Amino acid sequence: MDNLLSITTFIPAVAAVILALFLRGDDEAAQRNAKWVALFATSATFVVSLFILFGFDPSDTGFQFVEEGEWLLGLKYKMGVDGISVLFVLLTTFIMPLTILASWNVTDRVKEYMIAFLALETLMLGVFMALDLVLFYIFFEAGLIPMFLIIGIWGGKDRIYASFKFFLYTFLGSVLMLVAMVAMFSDAGTTDIPTLLTHEFASETFSILGVQIIGGMQTLLFLAFFASFAVKMPMWPVHTWLPDAHVQAPTAGSVVLAAILLKMGGYGFLRFSLPMFPVGSDVMATFVLWLSAIAIVYTSLVALVQEDMKKLIAYSSVAHMGFVTMGIFAANQQGIDGAIFQMLSHGFISAALFLCVGVIYDRMHTRDIDAYGGLVNRMPAYALVFMFFTMGNVGLPGTSGFVGEFLTLMGAFQVNTWVTAVAASGVIFSAAYALWLYRRVVFGDLIKESLKTIKDMNAREKWIFAPLVAMTLLLGVYPSLVTDVIGPATAALQSSVETAVAAADAAGQVASSH
Amino acid sequence: METILLFAPLVGAIICGFGWPLIGEKAAQWTATGLLFLSALLSWITFIGFDGVTEQITIMRWIESGTLSIDWMIRLDRLTAIMLIVITTVSSLVHLYSFGYMAHDENFRDDESYRPRFFAYLSLFTFAMLMLVTADNLAQMFFGWEGVGLASYLLIGFYYRKPSANKAAMKAFVVNRVGDFGFALGIFALFFLVDSISFSDIFAAAPTIAETQITFLWAEWNAAEVIGILLFIGAMGKSAQLILHTWLPDAMEGPTPVSALIHAATMVTAGVFLVCRMSPIYEFAPHATGFITVLGATTAFFAATIGLVQTDIKRVIAYSTCSQLGYMFVAAGVGMYSAAMFHLLTHAFFKALLFLGAGSVIHGMHHEQDMMNYGNLRKKMPYTFWGMMMGTLAITGVGIPLTGWFGFAGFVSKDAIIESSWAGGSSYGFWLLVIAAALTSFYSWRLIFLTFFGEARGDKHTHEHAHESPMTMLIPLGVLSFGAVFAGMIWYSNFFGHADQVGKFYGIPVAEAGAHEEDGHAAADTGHGAETGEEHGTADEAHADAEGGDAAHGGEHHYVFAGEPGEGALYMAPDNHVLDDAHASPVWVKLSAFIAMLLGFGVAYLFYMVNPALPKALAENQRPLYLFLKNKWYFDELYDAVFVKPAVAIGRVLWKGGDVGIINGFLNGIAMGVVPFFTRLAGRAQSGFIFTYAFAMVIGIALLITWMTLGGGAN
Repeated sequence: MDNLLSITTFIPAVAAVILALFLRGDDEAAQRNAKWVALFATSATFVVSLFILFGFDPSDTGFQFVEEGEWLLGLKYKMGVDGISVLFVLLTTFIMPLTILASWNVTDRVKEYMIAFLALETLMLGVFMALDLVLFYIFFEAGLIPMFLIIGIWGGKDRIYASFKFFLYTFLGSVLMLVAMVAMFSDAGTTDIPTLLTHEFASETFSILGVQIIGGMQTLLFLAFFASFAVKMPMWPVHTWLPDAHVQAPTAGSVVLAAILLKMGGYGFLRFSLPMFPVGSDVMATFVLWLSAIAIVYTSLVALVQEDMKKLIAYSSVAHMGFVTMGIFAANQQGIDGAIFQMLSHGFISAALFLCVGVIYDRMHTRDIDAYGGLVNRMPAYALVFMFFTMGNVGLPGTSGFVGEFLTLMGAFQVNTWVTAVAASGVIFSAAYALWLYRRVVFGDLIKESLKTIKDMNAREKWIFAPLVAMTLLLGVYPSLVTDVIGPATAALQSSVETAVAAADAAGQVASSH
Repeated sequence: METILLFAPLVGAIICGFGWPLIGEKAAQWTATGLLFLSALLSWITFIGFDGVTEQITIMRWIESGTLSIDWMIRLDRLTAIMLIVITTVSSLVHLYSFGYMAHDENFRDDESYRPRFFAYLSLFTFAMLMLVTADNLAQMFFGWEGVGLASYLLIGFYYRKPSANKAAMKAFVVNRVGDFGFALGIFALFFLVDSISFSDIFAAAPTIAETQITFLWAEWNAAEVIGILLFIGAMGKSAQLILHTWLPDAMEGPTPVSALIHAATMVTAGVFLVCRMSPIYEFAPHATGFITVLGATTAFFAATIGLVQTDIKRVIAYSTCSQLGYMFVAAGVGMYSAAMFHLLTHAFFKALLFLGAGSVIHGMHHEQDMMNYGNLRKKMPYTFWGMMMGTLAITGVGIPLTGWFGFAGFVSKDAIIESSWAGGSSYGFWLLVIAAALTSFYSWRLIFLTFFGEARGDKHTHEHAHESPMTMLIPLGVLSFGAVFAGMIWYSNFFGHADQVGKFYGIPVAEAGAHEEDGHAAADTGHGAETGEEHGTADEAHADAEGGDAAHGGEHHYVFAGEPGEGALYMAPDNHVLDDAHASPVWVKLSAFIAMLLGFGVAYLFYMVNPALPKALAENQRPLYLFLKNKWYFDELYDAVFVKPAVAIGRVLWKGGDVGIINGFLNGIAMGVVPFFTRLAGRAQSGFIFTYAFAMVIGIALLITWMTLGGGAN
């Protein structure tokens, strides 16, 4: 099939349109139909996306399944995947049916809810496939709109504040990215990403108002993109929107946010920052490494004192994303492989943890840790699943969480031992906050009256967790499934960055940074 | 066969843990136990049939990234083989024992199926431990390392209704993570230097590492020293050495079979195993090993002092374990890895025996653990009494002095360590170990006297119903007693005989002292070589068979270790003469431990048999010292004040002050200016800014397009 990527991307959109146009009424039957349509569409998307995976040739480091065309105003429509993006596509299509299943109990404006999620999926897939700057920008920014709506309409009681904060952060980042894109276009004369990847942006040091800009143009462009991606990751100190957004978002919203939306930042670094501005990245690497290390320790300590389960997991997410940025900017193969692996793994584990919160939130309508205790007495299956993902979260070897942390730290060690030591202390803190949460919620005697009749997970809930358990375990025991796919691409990326930095070094452009 | 041996416990854990609703509780437990006995049988076959040649079996690929390539592999050498028998023997016996011990548990209701879960955890632990010792690279070892940590966490917290158990479980995991932090950094450093983390590559590179400087944190260091220290930090956590020891006594919250298996015989010895496994690195890191010696000796002493005054029977044994692990580290620290492994092996038998014996007492006394409520139990529990006697005779080191090899297991291996510490030139280590030997003897006999002799104290009712344990619990005691009595005598020559015997056992090439010089192997230290050469080497023997000596000639011939790093299961540098020097140590050194043992016994007899009022008077008399020991040198309080509370406080400050205060405050400041503007613009606050956002995006795209059209035209 020539347009496999477009088909994958737009199945959810088509389903959303069908729902919008043809589904009438808000009775139970209509709600049920909306759910089934959404589930069917997202599952179909997943099945179709498997063809991408099976047809993908890892040894080819270029873009594959490329589609090109024009759409309005002479803008180009160009899609393609390479070793770096293809697994994010799969992650998205894999997670979405689960979020639909997790939303089975939604009763408020079900049709609109499903439309929002379907639209979201299309836009997220577009981000990972777009090979044109403008197209990327549209997907990247538009993807936030359904997320705003999901938080703003189906969220908790402070949803307005949360989505506003979310908006403010991302907006500031986007403006800078937009400016940078304009600058890139004026420099390279094209918005074609593959072409931009081979374009050399100027890296001669110059000074503005007496300030020396080491790495010149590249550093400025890097910083502009950094503003946008750092917010998305989110990196410390621009992370504070995330805990609020998570707390207010409905369970499925949190799942998508943690599992997929956050990955756009990391993907952006790998698609744009590192390969297009290698010298700029190199100049800023130490700075970013330190931000990552601080993020890991800072947010882990903050997670330790949270009283809201979702907030705790949100902070833990920020810490885990710290490993990602650390790996990317260690800029060696272990670091980059580890970063991608960590993102994928976090996609499964954080999704599962938010679902774990969702399971008991659905029953008790509170996320207060203090409201729970002793759940193991009545919910053994839940206790087992929660324990499994808690261990994944703390990076126990044998789960996918370990591989990402291990590789990113290993990559970072080769570059900066201080950063590595600080970041590695995160493994101590993560154990502390994760087990402390588990202990307060699950262990102990069941004393609280309100919990005496709580029911264990039902079949639907178990089926949501089953694939996540399988993936976490599979990738933990046989991570080659991932590294075989991404390896050649990351090796090519790494060597191109190395070459560019070496050339700049030789030209003396960034000598002062070393 | 090795693969079956390794995976049988995992299969058992899965069947037992998930399959019990299908096949029934009893069948599930027997499946797990049966598979472990199978594993134990295969381990013994492997151990006995092992020929000294390292075997490597690849199972599957694991982590690959660039030049890093890690496989799931089994490495079978003597070190592994020793650990295999220790782990599977104790584990299978503990499984069997648990049938009796866990039959009724007041922590659970009758209708709760806790037993399959218990057995599944035990089997899971065993699997992780086997993965640890069979690992062929550091990552897989780390897998086992953290895996046993998980199992330990689950089992310490097995009584999940008890807050104290949950607390102890978490403490164990987190404190171990501190060690893992060091371990992980050590792995990264090795990869950085060697570009591989498989043992064979690391060992081959060891001499190079020793000559490399590495920048780590604030300074440049010798790479071997840095790696040695980092890996040892991991060992400290797992083996509960001073500074990171606080979790082990609390771990006694777990059911007693767990304490015997995990917190005495196997998991806690993983640190010792790690140091021995990495002997090729440690042989090149004199400062790191010096640190190990000092810390091990200090721990041996420190833990023994606390053991003197504890009244909880399990805590006494826990501190005893901590102390005995210190002995092993001293042996490893002075370069006598073989003695460390020897004590590891014998300790596994007698300490598991003591724990299971204690469990039998606790079981018979309806879960009473305070020794002050025991007394005169030897008639009610004769088998348990004799089992524990064997264990005590072993741990205190009873044997015929100066024979070296004739005595209970602990006598043989402990003397080997004490002599090695003297020979290794660590007088600090030597004296602390001798003192600790006296203390060990005291607290061990105190335990016996308080439990089995004297008057019955405490609840009368409990004493009346005190009973001997069932056969499932007594059989393991019997088997372990056998080990506690004979293990030392059986394996003395292999672990602590002459260099050629030890070399043959571990597959280390040996050379005769004279030949050794000519071989050119002795480049490292000619001074020492020449010295020993004069003593024993003769020209006639110089051409004799350099590989593997004849045991009968051991006394006359003089052999030295001559392997390269990575040849054989241990590496001892050509200048490592501790083994010979230990054998040649003066008589008073060889007698010191025995005398210390007698002294400890004498005082204990006086305190608890002759004049039971004496301990109390002494405690009153020396109250500050008593409280200091009773409160375990105040380590828990100290850590709580220095680490736990500040971490939480900092977390709060960062959250409320940093996130909510500064970062959000900053943003809200902007927001105050911006919000009203946007609100006015879009009317409704609820989704107003979403439209604003969309609007801004459209404007942005419009700008972009305009620019492109103009710019594109220009190009």
